[in-house]
Amino acid sequence: MAKKIKAAIIGPGNIGMDLMFKLMKSEYIELEMVVGIIPESEGLALARENGYKTSHEGIKAILGNKEIKIVFDATGAKPHLMHAPLLKEDGKIAIDLTPAAVGPYVVPPVNLGEHIDSPNINMVTCGGQATVPIVAAINEVADVEYAEIVATISSRSAGPGTRQNIDEFTQTTARALEVIGGAEKGKAIIILNPAEPPIIMRDTIYTKVKKPAEKAIRDAVEKMVAKVQEYVPGYRLKVPPIVDGDKVTTMLEVEGAGDYLPKYSGNLDIMTAAAKAVGERIAKKLLEETAKEVV
Amino acid sequence: MKKYIRIVDTTLRDGMHAVSHQFTPDDMAEIAEGLDRAGIDTIEIGHGDGLGGSSYQYGFAAASDEEYLKTVSRVLKNAKLDILLLPGIGTMKELELAAKYDAKVARIATHVTEADIGEQHVKLAKELGMEAIGFLMMVHMVPPEKVAEQAKLFESYGADRVYITDSAGAMTPKDVVARIKAVKEAVSIPVGYHAHNNLSLAMANTLVAVEAGADMVDATCKGLGAGAGNTQTEVLVAVLDKLGYSTGVDLYKIMDVADDIVAPKMKRPQVIDKNSLSIGYAGVYGSFLLHALRGAEKFNVDARDILVECGRRKTVGGQEDMIIDVAYELSQKRRAKLANC
Repeated sequence: MAKKIKAAIIGPGNIGMDLMFKLMKSEYIELEMVVGIIPESEGLALARENGYKTSHEGIKAILGNKEIKIVFDATGAKPHLMHAPLLKEDGKIAIDLTPAAVGPYVVPPVNLGEHIDSPNINMVTCGGQATVPIVAAINEVADVEYAEIVATISSRSAGPGTRQNIDEFTQTTARALEVIGGAEKGKAIIILNPAEPPIIMRDTIYTKVKKPAEKAIRDAVEKMVAKVQEYVPGYRLKVPPIVDGDKVTTMLEVEGAGDYLPKYSGNLDIMTAAAKAVGERIAKKLLEETAKEVV
Repeated sequence: MKKYIRIVDTTLRDGMHAVSHQFTPDDMAEIAEGLDRAGIDTIEIGHGDGLGGSSYQYGFAAASDEEYLKTVSRVLKNAKLDILLLPGIGTMKELELAAKYDAKVARIATHVTEADIGEQHVKLAKELGMEAIGFLMMVHMVPPEKVAEQAKLFESYGADRVYITDSAGAMTPKDVVARIKAVKEAVSIPVGYHAHNNLSLAMANTLVAVEAGADMVDATCKGLGAGAGNTQTEVLVAVLDKLGYSTGVDLYKIMDVADDIVAPKMKRPQVIDKNSLSIGYAGVYGSFLLHALRGAEKFNVDARDILVECGRRKTVGGQEDMIIDVAYELSQKRRAKLANC
């Protein structure tokens, strides 16, 4: 299959740029265009330097271009609420990296299969991408009653969007722990640490389980960590599950790939890496469908 | 006219750390009623880590935020009910809940460099008709100019007041004065101060803060609080009186609350021991104390080593999970050492 599926990125900020560098290496996706709304945007200039078409007319530059099948939205919740219906009408699949949550939450190793045909997919939060897989793995073997996660990220890796809407992070992540992780109740805490040099993203996952079988839990978690490592190589188990009565404590570290953003911002890397993983699965499916039609 | 100093008694919030958040709503109501009767202006209640703090990470409280708010709000006659909220832990939903139970004061607490995560919460508190206070924690970690810059952010969000908080009890009087002065110069809103006693300087620091222009200070009965505890309310009332300040608090009545109501509910003596001293010395968040003691026991390591390593890693308030990480690592290292022998 030499052909690739064409895609575009809306929002040439940090996330959009990191995603751009990741998509350069994609087997299934060909990035066609990067759009923003500020003509003198540094991101758009960088995209041009790398040979991509750009526009500062935002989504308008993409709509109507039938070649583009997949659109990654790395703007913000409010713009995505406007973009979502337009993209759908134009027959494009939206992969939403904002907290808008128009489409279902997706964490690739847990529930991508369920939503592969959805026209809009939401990437939850960085904390959700990092911790939901662990909760889902534990839930599978031990039945999670309550899941609580603590995500600690470096202050430098938290942009103004995260800072001004910090409640969105805690509430969305907590919901994802329930909806995808399978916990009966979820709670999320986020901490910003300003230490220099910046710290790598850290996540602690506490669960209260009905069947505290340590061996089964450890095996399930290790298997899941390996799955996430397929698309986030810097995802590491720091403290393997410690079972204490019905409480299980697991700690992770997420180092970024350093494609565009510095390595400490594993929190941003796991978002773009997960979005790329979702995009590629969809692109692969589209390519297979086209191949069948040709036959 | 004597200068008035407003005292916030936070026995029922910071003091919760010292009892592992196990005061019951009835305990709280009994203490709050006493504080109110003694003439305390503002009474802060809730989980030690503020609204939404009840968790594995910080320890589960004996009751829900709502149960505490409901029970305490019923008994207050004159005092203002106050809550603490750490954005990232608590959310605007909990702030609305507090307003529903007539909380009049909302302290929005962030690490000293992260005031901007509290903008939404300060604004909501104002919309809900509450007094909004920007509460900058761990101020010892940055120079006075940085504290002033962040205080200005809180002022720009509409905060009525800003607090300088020595969460680690790590500052000396000189450090306190420099920060209060820098903030007083930078903002036009009043300034408050919150001390911890890990270096036995809570009272001294509170006094120099008042002299440098703080007109609202925190204290707890019997000094009950995170680490080695806080400035002791009943002592502070006596000392401020001797220095010619007014507080509106009846000295005998507050002594009675401390000795007759709070003391019998204490789980452990509130003292400076090697561990709380290590917190002040290493400059780590005061509420790490009991978590470090538990980690030390579980992993068979020295609590002081945990605390000092947490300091070296520049942990901030709320990172109690780092204690498990550090304790686990220390125990693994020791195991490796033994294996080598």
